[in-house]
Amino acid sequence: MPFELIVALRFLREGRMQTALILGGVAIGVAVVVFITGLVQGLQASLVERTLGSQAHIVIRPPEEKTQPVVDRNISDVAARIEARPQRLRSIDQWESLLPAVVRTPGVVAASPMATGAAFAQRGTASKSVAVRGVDPERYRRIVRINEDMVAGEFRLSGTDGVIGVELAKDLGVAVGDRIRIGTPEGREEVITVAGIFDLGNKDLNQRWVFVTLKLAQTLLDLPGGVSTIELTVREIFSADAVAARIERETGLLAESWMTTNAQLLAAMRNQNISTGTIRLFVTLVVALGIASVLVVWVVQKQKEIGILRAMGASRLRIMTVFLLQGGMVALGGSMVGSLIAAGLVRIFARVFVNADGTPMFVPEVGAALVFTTWAVALFTGLLAAALPARRAAQLDPVAAIRLG
Amino acid sequence: MNSAPREPILALEGVRKSYNVGTPVEAEVLHGIDLAIEAGEFAALVGPSGSGKSTLLNIIGLLERPTAGRVRIAGRESTTLDETGLTALRGRTLGFVFQFHHLIPAFTALENVMMPMLIERGRPDAAMRANALDLLREVGLEAAAGKKPAELSGGMQQRVAIARALSMRPPIVLADEPTGNLDTHTADEIFDLLRRFNAAHGIALVVVTHDPRLAARCDRRIELVDGWLVKAAAPPWPAEGPAAR
Repeated sequence: MPFELIVALRFLREGRMQTALILGGVAIGVAVVVFITGLVQGLQASLVERTLGSQAHIVIRPPEEKTQPVVDRNISDVAARIEARPQRLRSIDQWESLLPAVVRTPGVVAASPMATGAAFAQRGTASKSVAVRGVDPERYRRIVRINEDMVAGEFRLSGTDGVIGVELAKDLGVAVGDRIRIGTPEGREEVITVAGIFDLGNKDLNQRWVFVTLKLAQTLLDLPGGVSTIELTVREIFSADAVAARIERETGLLAESWMTTNAQLLAAMRNQNISTGTIRLFVTLVVALGIASVLVVWVVQKQKEIGILRAMGASRLRIMTVFLLQGGMVALGGSMVGSLIAAGLVRIFARVFVNADGTPMFVPEVGAALVFTTWAVALFTGLLAAALPARRAAQLDPVAAIRLG
Repeated sequence: MNSAPREPILALEGVRKSYNVGTPVEAEVLHGIDLAIEAGEFAALVGPSGSGKSTLLNIIGLLERPTAGRVRIAGRESTTLDETGLTALRGRTLGFVFQFHHLIPAFTALENVMMPMLIERGRPDAAMRANALDLLREVGLEAAAGKKPAELSGGMQQRVAIARALSMRPPIVLADEPTGNLDTHTADEIFDLLRRFNAAHGIALVVVTHDPRLAARCDRRIELVDGWLVKAAAPPWPAEGPAAR
C-alpha cells in the first residue's frame, strides 16, 4: 500500500464519527439518486411497454388523397375554396413488392401487412361498431405479443375464425365457439366463429378490435389482394421516428411512428426526465458540499500532522493526494452503501405498490449500468469536492502548521 | 572523530532573514549569519526569546528560505532548489525533534518511526519495519512499538520522536527545545539519548535550548542575540569550531 493511501485510510479511521457521518450523507444522496432514477426508468419503461403492448412501432399507410386545384392560386379575383377530399379506404400500392424492401430498412425487425376498416358486429339484436383487422397471425404476433393477452381460446385465425376483445364479447354475450355476424359499409357480410378473446388492457381496443384472416378482411372491406396498412417493429423503440422518416423518404408512403402518435406521452416523459435530472443535480451538489466541508474541517484539524509530514520530506503533491484519496474513498464507500439502500428501497417499493392482482405495479430498474454510472459520478464529485481542501492542505506552511500544534 | 579539514556538513554564509519584506513593518531578524557545523558535532543553539533562534533553526532545517545568503547541506546548495527539491533534500538529510514530540496520533510508535522512510520510499517493506524496530530498541521502547502516542508518557513520546528523527540516518538532527516539556530527570534521559546517538552514529546535532544546564553539556555553544551570532568568548565554552573530544 503506498504512503498516501496508508495515511488517508488512517486519517479516515481516526476521525470515525466524521467519517461515518459523511459516509452516511453520501450514501443517502446516492440512494436517492439511484432510486429516483431507477423508479423513473422503471415507470417509463412500463408506460412504454403498456403503450406499445397493443401498438405497432411504425404504421405505414398510403399517402392521403389531395385535391389538386385547377386554377392558379395567385390570381386574386378568383374566390376559390379547396374542400378536403374524403379519405376512402385504399390499398397500399404494390405492397407485396414493397414489403421486403421495408423489412430490409436498417432498424426494422418485423413487418405485418394488415387490411383494416370499419364494420358492425351483430348477434341477435345487438349491434356494435367495430374495426376489422385482417392479419397474418404469424406475422402479427411479431408486432404485438397478443398471445400474452389472450384470456380465452387462442389467437388462431383461419377460414372464418376470428378473435375479439373481452368488452365486445361481453356486449354481444358471446364466448369462445360462438358465432357473430360482421357486416361492412361495403355491403358484405360474413359470420365468424370466435376462436379467442383478448384483453389488451384498453377498454376501447377490447371493444372494437376484431381480428380475422387477411383474406377475409380483404373480402369484407372490398380490398381484393390489398392491404391498408403495414405495421412494423423496430429494434430500438426510440429510433422509430428516424426509421419512419427514412421509410417515408424512400417509399413516398405515410409512415407514422408511435412517438408521433404518442407525442404527449413522450413530452411527459421528457418533462419527467428534466425534473429527475434537476433533483439529481441538486443532490449531487449537496453531496459534494458535504464532502468538501468535512474535508475542510479535516484539513484544519490535521494541520499539525500535515506540517510534520511535510517536515519529514512529504511533497505538496503527496499531501494533496492524501486528501484527494480521502474524498474519493468517502464518495466511493458512500456510493456502495447507497446502492445497497437503493436496492432495498426497490424491494420495498415492489412490495408496497402492487396491482389489484398482487403483481408489482412496475419494478424500478436499478441495473449495473445505473449503479456504476452513479459510482463514477460520485467518485468524480468526491475528487472535485476534495480538490479545494486538498490544495489548501498542500499549501500549508510546515513551520506555521507545526507551531500551531 | 576525524580532525582533518573537510567540508562542514552544514554551512551558512551571510544568511539574512527579513519578514514582511517590502512593507512598512519589514523587520530583519537575522543579520548575516556565517555558521559551519561539522559532521558529528554536538552544538547548543542558545539565546534569549526573540533572538531569532527558531528562525535560524527553520532555515537550517530547510523549512524556511533565507532572504539573502547561502545554505549548504551535505554538499548541496539549497538556495537554488525548488520546493520539491528542497522537500526531498530535507527528507534525506535532516531529522527533526520538536518540543512537543509531534508524533502523528493516528499511527503507532513503530509506524511513526517508519514514516520518514515510508515517505522516501513510497511503500512499506520488511527492512523498513526492522530498521524502525532497531531504532525503538535503541531508545528502549521496543515493547511500546504497537502503542499509539496517546498511550505513552511524555518522555516516551519524545524518545519515539528521536527514533523517528534518526530513521533516515540523516547526517544532521535538529532539536527544538527537545526537553522543554519534560521534568529534569526525563530531560536528562532524553539528553543522554541524543548524546549517545551523536557518539554512536556520528550524527551532528543542533539543539535549541533554554536550559543552561543542558547547554553546558554540549560540545559547542552557538549564541544568538538580536539576530547576531555572538562569538564564543571565555571558558567554560570552547572556541568556535569543532569540539575537541
